[in-house]
Amino acid sequence: MTAVELAPAKARPLAPAPLAPLRVALVGNPNSGKTALFNALTGSRQKVANYAGVTVERKEGRVVAPDGRPISLIDLPGTYSLRARSPDEKITRDAVLGLIEGEPAPDVVVCVADATNLRLVLRLALELKAVGRPAILALNMIDIAQRQGLEIDVERLSRELGMPIVATVATRRRGIEALVGAMQARADGAASDRQPGGWREPSAGDIRDLHRQAERLLKASVSLPKRPDTWTGRLDDVLLHPVAGIVILLAVLFLMFQAVFTGAKPIMDLITAGFDAAGVVVRHLLPPGILQSLICDGIIAGVGSVLVFLPQIVILFLFIILLEDVGYMARAAFLLDKIMGGAGLHGRAFIPLLSSFACAIPGIMATRVIDNRRDRLTTILVAPLMTCSARIPVYTLIIAAFIPRRAVWGVLSLQGLVFFGLYATGLVGALAVAWAVRTIFWRGASEPFLMELPAYKAPDPLNVLRNVGQRAQIFLRRAGTIILSMMILIWFLSTVPGKPAGAPGPAIDYSFAGMIGHAIEPILAPIGFSWQMSVALIPGMAAREVAVGALGTVYAVSGGEGSAGILGASLAHQWSLASALAFLAWYVFAPQCASTLGVVKRETNSWLWPTVMFVYMTALAYAAAFIVFHTAAAMGAG
Amino acid sequence: MNRSVNDLRSLADQRRGFIGSIAAVEAQTSRDGALAGGELERRLLEMGFVEGARVEILHEGFIARDPICVRLDDMRVALRRADARGVLVRVDSAP
Repeated sequence: MTAVELAPAKARPLAPAPLAPLRVALVGNPNSGKTALFNALTGSRQKVANYAGVTVERKEGRVVAPDGRPISLIDLPGTYSLRARSPDEKITRDAVLGLIEGEPAPDVVVCVADATNLRLVLRLALELKAVGRPAILALNMIDIAQRQGLEIDVERLSRELGMPIVATVATRRRGIEALVGAMQARADGAASDRQPGGWREPSAGDIRDLHRQAERLLKASVSLPKRPDTWTGRLDDVLLHPVAGIVILLAVLFLMFQAVFTGAKPIMDLITAGFDAAGVVVRHLLPPGILQSLICDGIIAGVGSVLVFLPQIVILFLFIILLEDVGYMARAAFLLDKIMGGAGLHGRAFIPLLSSFACAIPGIMATRVIDNRRDRLTTILVAPLMTCSARIPVYTLIIAAFIPRRAVWGVLSLQGLVFFGLYATGLVGALAVAWAVRTIFWRGASEPFLMELPAYKAPDPLNVLRNVGQRAQIFLRRAGTIILSMMILIWFLSTVPGKPAGAPGPAIDYSFAGMIGHAIEPILAPIGFSWQMSVALIPGMAAREVAVGALGTVYAVSGGEGSAGILGASLAHQWSLASALAFLAWYVFAPQCASTLGVVKRETNSWLWPTVMFVYMTALAYAAAFIVFHTAAAMGAG
Repeated sequence: MNRSVNDLRSLADQRRGFIGSIAAVEAQTSRDGALAGGELERRLLEMGFVEGARVEILHEGFIARDPICVRLDDMRVALRRADARGVLVRVDSAP
C-alpha cells in the first residue's frame, strides 16, 4: 500500500480516514424492487431531498458495513440504460459517472435485478460494467424465482458477467447482510477493478450487441421457469379486457375518490378544529394588534388551511403507491392511454391528473412519472384545472345559496347535478387545454408510449407505508416553506394598512388587497363581479377555500363555526343568480391558488411556467365567467 | 432479392392473437416526427424489441384496438401501434 507516501505533507492524523463513508449507488430497471431493497437496507435512516437545480428526488440512506465503516447509499431513479431519456435517467447516468457537481462517483454500484426478469437488467449490468466502476448484481425477488422453479447458476453468471452476485429478498430482508458485506468487499477490492470510467452513448448497433451478450449469459446460466407465473396472464385477461377492464378501472377510481373525500373528512375536521382552537388560544394570550393578526390570521390560519389537506394527500398516495406496488398502475395507464393520447397527453398523465382532484400540489409533484419534458409540462399546466378539494367549500357555499334544493327526474338532486357539472367542466377544460397546447404550440412532439407491464405481486405493507410517509413529509416541507411564505404575503396584503379608527366598512377594504380589489373591479364588472367579490379574490389567492372566509370578511359576517349558513343567506340576498354562476365559472378556471404557482415554479425551475399558467387560467376564467354571466342575464337571471 | 418481402409485416398491423418473431427493427420516425427514427429504434431495442425476440399480441386497447400489450420473450410490454410501426415481424412457421 502506498497510503503513507500519499499522505499529505501537513500530515493530518490518520484516525478519521476509516470513517470516510463508502459511497454506494443502487441502479436498476423500473419494477426491480430497487426502492424496496433500499428501504430494507437503510430502514428509517434515509432522507429525501432534491438534486440541485432539477426536480429529481435524491434518496440517500445510511448503512454500516461489517467493519464499522458507514456506507452512504443512494437510490437512483430506475432506468433501462444509461442513455438519459428523462431528467430522472440523466441523474442516474451522471451519478454513476460521477458527473454531478459535489458528488464524487460511487465507490460501488449495485445493479438491482428482478430475478424473474433478467433479460433487460443484464444488458444494463453490462453497460455499468463497461463504465469501469466496481459493481455488484443483486438478484432481488429470488424467492419468487425459486417458487417458479427458475434455476439460476449464480456462480457461472457471476463469472461470465464479471461481478459478484448476491441473492436478496428485499421484502423479507433476506440477503441484506450479505449484500452489505459484498459492498465492503467490493470497495476494498483490487484497484485493477477500477478502470478509468469510459462511457459513450451507445448506438443502435451497440444496444443490439449488448443485448446479444445478455441473451448469451441468460441462456448459459438461467433455466426456463418450471412453473411460470400464470396469474399475471390470467389477471390481465380480466383487468385488460376491453369491457371488464374498464369497468374495474372505474370501480377502482371510484373507490379511491370515496376514500379521499369521505375517508379523510373526520381527520380533516379534527385538524381544522385544532387550528381554530390554537387561534383562539393565541387570541387570548396576545393583545389585539398586528402581531396577533399575523400569528392567528396569517400563520395559524394559513398553515391550517394547507395542513388540512394532509389526510387527503396521505389517502391518495396510499392508493397510488399501493396500485403501483401491486403492478396495476401500468395497466391503468394502458387502459387510459388512448383517451389521454386523444388530448395529447401521455397515458401516465392520468396519475397526476387524478391526484389533482385532491389537490394540484401533489398532482404536480406526481408529474415526475412522465419522462418527456413537454408531456410533463403540458400535464403540469392543466393539472390545476382538475377540480381540487379546495374548490369544494366555495362550490358548496354558492350552490347551497343559489341553486334550489330540487329533484331532477325524481332521483337526482339539482344541486348535485350542478356540482357534477362543475367537475366535468374542469375535466373537459383540462383535456381541451392539453389538446390545444399539443396541437397548436407543440405540434407533434409526443413521447412514445412504451412501458413494461410488471408481473403482479402482493404489496409489501412496510414499503407502502414508508413511501406514503415520505410523500406526507415532502408535502409538509412544502407547506412549511413556499406555501407558508405565500400565506404570509397574502395575509400582509389583506391586513396592511389597517383600518383607520372609526372608519366605516370592513378592515380589508382599507388594505392593499382592498385597493387591488377596487382597482380590478372595473375589469371584473363585465363578468358580473361586485367590488366585494373582487376584493375577496385577493385573499382567496392563499387557497381557494379561503375565498369563503374572505367573502365573510367583506360582507362583515362574523367568522367562526356555523357562519356558512348566514353567509350563504347574505350572498343570496346581495348577488344576482347570474353573478353567482359567473363566480362559480370563475372558480372552475381561475388560478386562485398561490401555492400551486409556487410548486410549479419549483418543479419547472423557472418563473416562465407559473406565469404562463397564471395568464392562461385567468384568461379562461374571465371568458367563462363572461359567457356564463351574460347568458344567464339574458335568460333573466340578472 | 432472396428473402420474400411479403413475409415481413409491421407489428403495428397485427391483431390480437398474433404470434411470431421479430425480423427487423427499423429506424422509423414516429408518426408525428417527435423522435428522430434512430431514437425510437434505440428505445424499442432497449425495451427488448430485438431481432429474434418472440412476440405475441395479448391484449388490445378498447378504442381503435390501441395501444397493444405484447408478450415479448418473457416480459409484457405495452406500446402504441404508431410506435410499433418499425417493428417488422414474421409469423412463426409451424415448428
